[in-house]
Amino acid sequence: MKALRNYLSKQRPKFQKGGKFGALQSTFNGIESFLYVPNHTTKSGSHLRDAIDLKRTMSIVVIALVPALLFGMYNVGYQHFLSVGDTSQSLFGLFWYGFLKVLPLIIVSYVVGLGIEFFVAQKRGHEINEGFLVSGLLIPMVMPVEAPLWMVAVATAFAVIIGKEVFGGTGMNIWNPALLARAFFFFAYPSKMSGDAVWIAEKADAFSGATPLADAAAGNISNLPSIAEMFIGLIPGSIGETSTLAILIGAVILLVTGIASWRIMFSVFAGGMLMGLILNMFAVNLFMEIPAYYHLIMGGFAFGAVFMATDPVTASQTKNGKYIYGLLVGVFAVLIRVLNPAYPEGMMLAILLMNTFAPLIDHFVVQSNINRRLKRAKVNA
Amino acid sequence: MSRTLKFKKGLDIKLKGAAKTELIKVEKSKLYAVKPTDFHGITPKLAVKVGNEVKAGTPLFFDKYNPEVKFVSPVSGKVEAINRGDRRKLLEVVVEADSEITYESVNPISSEAGSEEIKAYLLQNGVWPFFKQRPYDVIASAEDTPKCIYISCFDSSPLAPNNEFALKGEEKYFQAAVDVLKKLTSGDVYLGIAAETKGSSIFEGIKNANVNYFAGKHPVGNAGVQLHHINPVNKGEKVWTLRPQDMIIIGRLILEGKYDARKVIALTGSELKETAYAEIISGAQLTNTVKSRLKNEVNQRIISGNVLTGTAVSEDSYLGFYDSQITVIPEGDEYEMFGWIMPGFNKFSASKTFLSSLLPKKEYRLDANFHGEPRAFVVSEQYEKVLPMDILPVFLLKAILVDDIDKMEQLGLYELAPEDMAICEYVCTSKTEVQDIMWRGIDLMIKELGK
Repeated sequence: MKALRNYLSKQRPKFQKGGKFGALQSTFNGIESFLYVPNHTTKSGSHLRDAIDLKRTMSIVVIALVPALLFGMYNVGYQHFLSVGDTSQSLFGLFWYGFLKVLPLIIVSYVVGLGIEFFVAQKRGHEINEGFLVSGLLIPMVMPVEAPLWMVAVATAFAVIIGKEVFGGTGMNIWNPALLARAFFFFAYPSKMSGDAVWIAEKADAFSGATPLADAAAGNISNLPSIAEMFIGLIPGSIGETSTLAILIGAVILLVTGIASWRIMFSVFAGGMLMGLILNMFAVNLFMEIPAYYHLIMGGFAFGAVFMATDPVTASQTKNGKYIYGLLVGVFAVLIRVLNPAYPEGMMLAILLMNTFAPLIDHFVVQSNINRRLKRAKVNA
Repeated sequence: MSRTLKFKKGLDIKLKGAAKTELIKVEKSKLYAVKPTDFHGITPKLAVKVGNEVKAGTPLFFDKYNPEVKFVSPVSGKVEAINRGDRRKLLEVVVEADSEITYESVNPISSEAGSEEIKAYLLQNGVWPFFKQRPYDVIASAEDTPKCIYISCFDSSPLAPNNEFALKGEEKYFQAAVDVLKKLTSGDVYLGIAAETKGSSIFEGIKNANVNYFAGKHPVGNAGVQLHHINPVNKGEKVWTLRPQDMIIIGRLILEGKYDARKVIALTGSELKETAYAEIISGAQLTNTVKSRLKNEVNQRIISGNVLTGTAVSEDSYLGFYDSQITVIPEGDEYEMFGWIMPGFNKFSASKTFLSSLLPKKEYRLDANFHGEPRAFVVSEQYEKVLPMDILPVFLLKAILVDDIDKMEQLGLYELAPEDMAICEYVCTSKTEVQDIMWRGIDLMIKELGK
């Protein structure tokens, strides 16, 4: 281990400005800071700094995603063998099938995304930021398993370049990059993103691969899986979104460590319930009649609420703003699902919409802080 | 009627190396220095040359643009050196002390003196630099009449000295200072006392003051934080703040007519073999108090002041003008393999992402490592959790970064000193240089709008 450390320290000058590989400084620093927390000490301001850094924050989110990922892989295998009528596979056999199907998506996402980030950071002379550690895993998890790899690559490239780097990199983007990838994929290649064939790997033609949302939108309410099935997640859907249970385990990890905002999570669920209840009141078709809490376990609602809406950069950044932001995400997600015939899933669009309005919500909260201060000054004058 | 205020927000960093509550004798230092770099925003002009004889209270330098503000020698002796840095910036004026201190003779001030006379007296005799103002936390302007004067009698910073012990016995000087200060303001002299000392605090006997009690985690002891809840600073208003140990020095000047700059300081930090309190004279060279006590196990950092707001100094440097403690911590200039994913029993964090969160009473030996690299703002609400004020800190910092003076005003820059935001700088995941940004905003405001 000491040998590695000494080797890196010896190579370092070659990668500084003016060295032989000076152009690759960001790449060297990125790799070195992945292997080692640097030995930099504080130069001004507080002498002590919190032990947490962005790498650890992102790592906790990745750990929180793992239950949903592992279940998703298992579910891919389960749905496939269910569709072809093969009941002979062991639990591990089902998981292994799914693993082999999902892994290429993950590899493509990370290679394309990190490759672009390394290149852009190098050109700008900036450090490589850790933002894509999470987005790179989120993108495959919101894709259908039969998504062609080259389309995933193009969507990832779009998300990283237009969704992030154009704005200035991590911390500067307006929209959630993983959702931008999904939105691009949905609008550019709609046939590959919807319909009944894409959610199950190598599906047998006779088997209906409809997701619960697709069934509900078509009015096939009697076809809906049971509550237990939708909660545990052995249903067709995007790779990571089906198991509300696995997502909730992730939510607990994020809340206990304080990484994600409980305000946003709860507000999203509350907004969804609220809109569901309103629709129940004015129901004119079967979809509007389904119980409000069904919305929380169907489709990408839970996944979006826990992992997408809580992205701190794109969400509202003030305490009170977060309640409003989360509530509106939940409300719009259910509204779009039920009332808009073109989009069976409203969560992605609801979050992207509220990403656009988050700064406006914050503006009003900031303004009220300013007004409080002005009023206090006038009273004292 | 005194109020008791409890703050829920804040963060106590539990460090190893708290000062043992005993006063030890240390060998008197030979050299003392006053450092112009301790005073933000002044342009020093020398009043002495190397070789001049000085007494305790003789001006060493003054502020070029406010020449009535004098910075005086804490001891009598000879000016030994005048140290400069890059571009001839004045760093230290060093005095070699006599074995017995002689003081500038000062006519005692009459108890009937009015505010103008008092101010001239304080300016001439070198205690004016103790008067800081809000807004901006720079040395106060003597032409002003502040709406109130605020003193927080306790310090909640990590390893800070316990004033109940350090200042015990000096209450009459504190009272003399309060009586004089009352004449300088149109409002009250406020004292902030720690709620846990209610009933036993040495400051409770002080008359002529408006007392309130405060409970909570750091920065509850900061004057700016307390002031925000008692009598917040609005645009156009001025408040003066002083530290309790400096009040004692002012009191000695008033009652005994001499600039007696003795201070009881705390020697703290995980890298000291023994910790204690010691009486020294302001500006003392640290060699006698620190050098022999260093553990020298790893590279260490000696800080004049506390770990959040203090200045890193060498072991032969001098105590800062406003500081009442020395903290010695490990430097932390080592690589740590995969440090960012380690369970971290020995790391402290405001977040709950390390296993050390399972042990809330643990004390830590923390070092000056950055634990990461500077990044853009990503995490939200992190600063708000530790700042018990109705302020939106990140929006204020962003307003400063784009030089938006109107926004800075509106968002409350008038109320904040960089020391109030130091705890935000500690918790920041993105390793933002918060205090530097604050000073940048303050300097811009002073340049554009004056003090």
